[in-house]
Amino acid sequence: MASNTFEAPLVADLSSPSPDGTLVDVRVGIVTFPGTLDDRDAARAIDIAGGTSVPLWYADDDLQGVDAVILPGGFSYGDYLRAGAISRFAPLMSRIVDAANSDAAMPVLGICNGFQILTEAHLLPGSMIRNDHLKFVCRDQRLRVENTETAWTALYTAGQEIVVPLKNNDGQYVCDQATLDMLEAEGRVAFRYVGHNPNGSLNDIAGVTNARGNVVGLMPHPEHAVEPGFGPDSTGQGPVTMGDGTDGLDIFISALKTVVNGGTRA
Amino acid sequence: MARIVVDVMPKPEILDPQGKAIVRALPHQGITAFTGVRQGKRFELEVDGEVTEQVLATAREAAETMLSNPVIEDVVNVTVINDATSTEA
Repeated sequence: MASNTFEAPLVADLSSPSPDGTLVDVRVGIVTFPGTLDDRDAARAIDIAGGTSVPLWYADDDLQGVDAVILPGGFSYGDYLRAGAISRFAPLMSRIVDAANSDAAMPVLGICNGFQILTEAHLLPGSMIRNDHLKFVCRDQRLRVENTETAWTALYTAGQEIVVPLKNNDGQYVCDQATLDMLEAEGRVAFRYVGHNPNGSLNDIAGVTNARGNVVGLMPHPEHAVEPGFGPDSTGQGPVTMGDGTDGLDIFISALKTVVNGGTRA
Repeated sequence: MARIVVDVMPKPEILDPQGKAIVRALPHQGITAFTGVRQGKRFELEVDGEVTEQVLATAREAAETMLSNPVIEDVVNVTVINDATSTEA
């Protein structure tokens, strides 16, 4: 029988002090484009991780001094032309590209549609095309963290398996053979699908990083696996009480700690 | 009024899931002559006045920077169409 004794709050109590008081000063910008869906979940993930989320508007020209940026999922501009193709030209994207490429190497995470925007902006190699089976897919997806040297994955152990939700229509990662060989040789595949390739991605690639490790994109949604009661029904270790999977949380804490450590990885 | 047509196709080495679905569906209509289908995109850029070489160059730039993604697509055609029917009306 289910032993739901409500010993732990079902909803994260954001008023309580964060587990690591040094993280609250880290400000992470969450960009909203027309058609973005998951900006509020991404902001909540940052707040639960102990940082401070800052809403950013795509048409602005100012990053408001944030320490890191997340491009959340959704269907910006209705996926017209190509997913992420029009968003890439938003005024704020120029600032984000400059900050990501600067000496300070600002951490940038693109989730789902955000990943597509990062490839269109040439911050990450490759591209995403229609799922090979042509259907929208929505499932809890097992991933392997392949690279723990990035700003967003430092708290995981190499080879660690996690479970986070996946939901996309254009999730098939493609690139030319030379790029694929380069990504594999340089360890720049950050996440790989395990057990089931849900969209036909080359080499089961679920996420990649740039050479410096500050820019990461992934198709699945770690921000939907940060809060007990509202996540997947399993973790990398196995089944858990309904909705208690929080395997995605360490992605956000990793970035906060990277910023606190002055850019060196957590 | 003139139009500039831009045709964009998926690169030959990139899978085209939509084209594959179409080629598999054609035989259900009794159409069996085709062994492969590739699906691309056609854009029509409208121009007031004459299409100068400069306007055409701008169209090529738009095709390369926004209308196509060079990672997965090729611009295979940029040509001018002068609408024969659009005389003074």
